[in-house]
Amino acid sequence: MARSIRKGPYVEASLMKRIREQNESGGKRIIRTWSRRSMILPEMVGHNLHVYNGKLFMPVYLTENMVGHRLGEFAPTRKQAGHAADRRLKRK
Amino acid sequence: MARISGVDLPREKIISISLTYIYGVGRSTAVRICEDAGVPVGTKTFDLDESEVSRLRDAIESTAQVEGDLRREVSQNVKDLMDIGCYRGLRHRRGLPVRGQRTHTNARTRKGKTRPVAGKKKTPTKK
Repeated sequence: MARSIRKGPYVEASLMKRIREQNESGGKRIIRTWSRRSMILPEMVGHNLHVYNGKLFMPVYLTENMVGHRLGEFAPTRKQAGHAADRRLKRK
Repeated sequence: MARISGVDLPREKIISISLTYIYGVGRSTAVRICEDAGVPVGTKTFDLDESEVSRLRDAIESTAQVEGDLRREVSQNVKDLMDIGCYRGLRHRRGLPVRGQRTHTNARTRKGKTRPVAGKKKTPTKK
């Protein structure tokens, strides 16, 4: 079921705080976050984030088209299935 | 012959069914279009006169997105997903189901026809 519009989009408060701080100071340091469930808002565009996928922090650069998606969508939690030999062939 | 949105409509069916031969028009859209155009839903397609056909044409043009335009929009949406590198986009790229369905079995619509697995032996059959 979709989230009630009345509540507005969900963003982890701690993440939002750090984004706002950076927006004011103009700094663009990479923010590490575990909050995969946070929605990407327009004011977050242009930030570099590292989103945790359960093992590593995946670098994600936020663009305008990503607004409305959630951070977790850009940091896959599973390895892509396939055979080692196939992958080597593709790279060539 | 009634030709709407670049599609030939089957002559022998009633109009609300004939309209569903247009990409982007299903049963309920078809009925709504007939009502907008003031054409009785049960009319056979070959019984339509020119003014009815043109009214249907106008009704579709003003209220529904069909055929090429719709196809273009859908594929553009898919392309957008692929470009931003989100999970759904990755699934589209690999040709796997996008909405969390299982892939251990089934998912043949997305994956296409079964491909043979290398090294897998056929189950021995009786001689």
